[in-house]
Amino acid sequence: MKTLSSPFLPVTASVGQVMRDVLIALAPGVVVYALLFGPGVLINIVLAVLTCELIEAAVLKLRGRALKPFLLDSSALVTGVLLALAVPPTAPWWIIVVGCGFAMLLGKHVYGGLGYNPFNPAMVGFVVLLISFPVQMTAWPSMHPLWDTTDAVSGATALDHVKTQLSLERTLSEIRGDTPLGLFAGRGWEWIALAYLLGGGYMLWRRTIRWQIPVGLLLGMTVIAGAFWAYDGDRYASPLFHWFSGATMLGAFFIATDPVSAATTPRGRFVFGFGIGMLTYVIRTWGGYPDGIAFAVLLFNICAPTLDRYLQPRIYGQRRDKPQA
Amino acid sequence: MSLMTRLFGFRGGLHLDYRKEMSTGTPIQIAPVPPQLILPLSQHAGNPAKPRVKVGDRVLRGQTIADADGFVSLPVHAGTSGIVSAIEPRPIPHASGLSAPCIVIDADGKDEALATPEWEPAEDINALDAQTIRDRVRRAGVSGLGGAGFPSFIKLAPGHPVETLIINGAECEPYISCDQLLMAERADEIIGGIQVILHTIRAGRCLIGIEDNKSWAIAALKAAAAADQRIEVVVVPTRYPQGGEKQLIQTLTGLEVPSRGLPLDLGLVVQNPGTARAVWRAIRHAEPLTSRVVTVTGSAVSHPQNFDARIGTPMRFLIDLAGGYTTPPDRLLMGGPMMGFALPTDTLPIVKSTNCILATAPGELRPDEDAMPCIRCGACQDACPINLLPQQMYWHARGKEYDKAQSLNLFDCIECGCCAQVCPSHIPLVQYYRHAKTEIWSEQQEKRKADAARERHEARLARIEREERAKEEARARKKALLAASQAAAKPAAATAPSPVEASASAVGNDDPVARAIAAAKAKKAAAPAADSTSDDPVARAIAAAKAKKAAATSGTAETDDPVARAIAAAKAKKAAANADAAATNTKRAKPSAADDERIAAAVAAAQARKAAKAAAAAQPQATTEADDPVARAIAAAQARKAAQSADASVPAAPQSSSATTGDADDPVARAIAAAQARKAAKAAAVASESPSAPTPATNNTADEDPVARAVAAAKAKKAAKAAAAVAPEPVPAAASETSAQTDDPVARAIAAAKARKAARAAGETPTE
Ligand code: SF4
Ligand code: SF4
Repeated sequence: MKTLSSPFLPVTASVGQVMRDVLIALAPGVVVYALLFGPGVLINIVLAVLTCELIEAAVLKLRGRALKPFLLDSSALVTGVLLALAVPPTAPWWIIVVGCGFAMLLGKHVYGGLGYNPFNPAMVGFVVLLISFPVQMTAWPSMHPLWDTTDAVSGATALDHVKTQLSLERTLSEIRGDTPLGLFAGRGWEWIALAYLLGGGYMLWRRTIRWQIPVGLLLGMTVIAGAFWAYDGDRYASPLFHWFSGATMLGAFFIATDPVSAATTPRGRFVFGFGIGMLTYVIRTWGGYPDGIAFAVLLFNICAPTLDRYLQPRIYGQRRDKPQA
Repeated sequence: MSLMTRLFGFRGGLHLDYRKEMSTGTPIQIAPVPPQLILPLSQHAGNPAKPRVKVGDRVLRGQTIADADGFVSLPVHAGTSGIVSAIEPRPIPHASGLSAPCIVIDADGKDEALATPEWEPAEDINALDAQTIRDRVRRAGVSGLGGAGFPSFIKLAPGHPVETLIINGAECEPYISCDQLLMAERADEIIGGIQVILHTIRAGRCLIGIEDNKSWAIAALKAAAAADQRIEVVVVPTRYPQGGEKQLIQTLTGLEVPSRGLPLDLGLVVQNPGTARAVWRAIRHAEPLTSRVVTVTGSAVSHPQNFDARIGTPMRFLIDLAGGYTTPPDRLLMGGPMMGFALPTDTLPIVKSTNCILATAPGELRPDEDAMPCIRCGACQDACPINLLPQQMYWHARGKEYDKAQSLNLFDCIECGCCAQVCPSHIPLVQYYRHAKTEIWSEQQEKRKADAARERHEARLARIEREERAKEEARARKKALLAASQAAAKPAAATAPSPVEASASAVGNDDPVARAIAAAKAKKAAAPAADSTSDDPVARAIAAAKAKKAAATSGTAETDDPVARAIAAAKAKKAAANADAAATNTKRAKPSAADDERIAAAVAAAQARKAAKAAAAAQPQATTEADDPVARAIAAAQARKAAQSADASVPAAPQSSSATTGDADDPVARAIAAAQARKAAKAAAVASESPSAPTPATNNTADEDPVARAVAAAKAKKAAKAAAAVAPEPVPAAASETSAQTDDPVARAIAAAKARKAARAAGETPTE
């Protein structure tokens, strides 16, 4: 439809702009990640981005859509980067390619492409990989921090390590000094998470994302983690640990906030985030996988339309006691 | 001015690039009178005005050239002196792009005003009462100058206590500066108008909301309002859509206009500063609204500025005054870029609601481009001042799931355009909402139409069936009757049925009447009234009647079943009489049902009596009320020995009603006269009918007279006659009134009938 009617003023925002803001916000996290884990991170990103863009172009072509606006919108780019960040830096190249294929095809284009996917495409790709290739997907390499001349540290992530050790009847205070653990969360990972937090702040400031999902997610995680931690600090890690371990920050600001598949009403978004935070903790603590962000996000993607339906905002002039159902 | 007022603000909204300084560099220029003024009859919300001048008339400035038509309507005044050169549809500036009737005045260049204004200028407004002010504001044709064009006098009669008057000087749309300059340059007139309005609506306080980017206007109004403690100038933040009525109210008072409610529900009335000034000029100077301030701007205009221009001035004339185009305009808009609409050409006139003409250069506005899919980013929702869910409404509107869009409060959308303005996918969201609203409206209309059509169709089927049956019976009886009825032959011959409805009906009425007269004269006995469809039955009825002693009856029309039954009953009795009523036409199923009942009642009554007669009345669309009278008439008639029946039928002719009625009268009168000339009783038939669409009032009168006359005639004679008239009416809406009115005549007819011994018959006429 052409703009035959008002408003007539030029619109400055564009989908490409939104996606580029996301990429800018990811940059600090990527840099820290690469510094810690080496150039494998960057290679993965480039490979994933190329694969995603290629698939996007091929599908658009097959569907007879205009290539240019959709390739320029950078949404495939974001999917590629997010997926690459979720896969271990040393994973074989085909893992990335397969993951991108699932993300783009099963996660996005089977539903009609941009704007129509009910699930977060990067998470679809990630979960497929995690289930199909658990060995490759959990083999994290040793960290080689540029500034750290000591020997390589263990390959286990903090979440993994804590989970294993707790199952060996050790307590958290006993393992505090273990190598995978850093100042307040996973060694190294805590800095990556901080960098993501920084990027998230940038997106909030740019209004690329709204506060409800990240705040809801972190709060949801805090509530449940805090309760168990208060109950038994030796068996349950602190909220702070959970915030800065695994993919919490990446999930809170970059994954759960994927607008297409998230809830859209303000209250819906908050509940959406809150639920993901709680569920992530549950999966981490009692589930079979060390991290739970991806599963939690996908599960709540399913709930998003329902949340939107029941959590509509009160509109101007509507009685306060009776929000629209 | 009192203390600082606390501001509340509204949610959502945008900071836009205002571009107002383009047109604020020059003071308001008084535009000269163009060679021709084009004045649309509909420049306001409500009914178009009705012209009171003719082509060729000379008119003077300020003269009323078209009158308000109905309550929500306004007159139109000549903006200058000249000759009315055309009254015809011309393209008008409206979002629909359609043409509408306009009065075109060729200016004579003298710009001569009426010698004396159409009402008195008022020195002291406080000496005027509210009603006088409202009346003058109405006669001055003042409508809201802010955009919607609602007749202002209505807001001056709130019918509800008003606490605060709000003057909406926010003018938040980019480019537009007419209110801003008006407030800066004519602050005293605006304040004067405010005082008039406060006086009229008895409000104790006025808040003038102005955005903080209009410092001159603020200063000027503050100075002008300094002497009046009731008036406070409130500076509000510059944010689109601050000038939305709902948003300004929220900013100033913190209150929200209820969904689907009015500011009045909060004790508030909102007016535009230009309207306040127009009220002032109307009351103080007795000047009708013939000019307004218009911003002519945009990058395609050489010297953007504001003009005080006569309403009806072609836009091109103003653009030329502003130095013409710098470049062929890419788009021409009326109103601002956020809520205005595109015009097809610059030859259109400015109207009362034209605040801005915006001619833009290429690249100044958004390009025509294809939208990307919605990425559900929620930017639209953050911007929406109503807190709607634009992306979800869009989703449903696009999927044509209008009911779902509606349940997301689509109709609360003020079409401000904020959502579309921030959408990264460049989706023309508002266009979808407008389309959805239009679709929903037309769906509702369609549904109403379909219901009406279905009813009509069913009624038609019922009628056809009835007619068929009537013919059958008629044929069976025909032979027997014929022999006896030679005399009656004439009347029967007279018939002329008219196939087609409206026009035919008039004719139909006549014939029957004529026939009735003829029959009456030739015979002692009765006269039938036949109606178009009913020849045979009539003839038969007549024959039967003659064969009997008793008086005659009238047959009617289409009716049939009832008639047939009535006849049968009557025959079974000694006294002969029959009445047939016919029901005519009928467009609806219900009436016929009613007929049946009535007839059944009539039959029963007839049987109980010896001299029975049945009267059946049929009316087409007649209402139940019409029935009762008939029933009563029948009962009364039965109480008498003499037989008679009255029936009336009336159908209605749809459009030709007035004509029909007219015709019906005479015949009726004639029938009566004829009847009176005889000793024997005859019947007067009255029928009448037809009222139709136009005005119920006419019908009644028409109905009454004949009836009245019939009654009078009947009384003067020994032999009684009754005339029953029934007038139904075609138009549903008018129906109830009509029926109510019919009662009286009927009642009178009954009374008359009772007073007499003799019988009478009433014939009826059906129409169709
Ligand atoms: S701003 Fe546009 S893209 Fe974003 S949610 Fe609204 S309609 Fe969709
Ligand atoms: S146009 Fe309607 S939906 Fe869009 S921002 Fe304005 S009020 Fe909200």
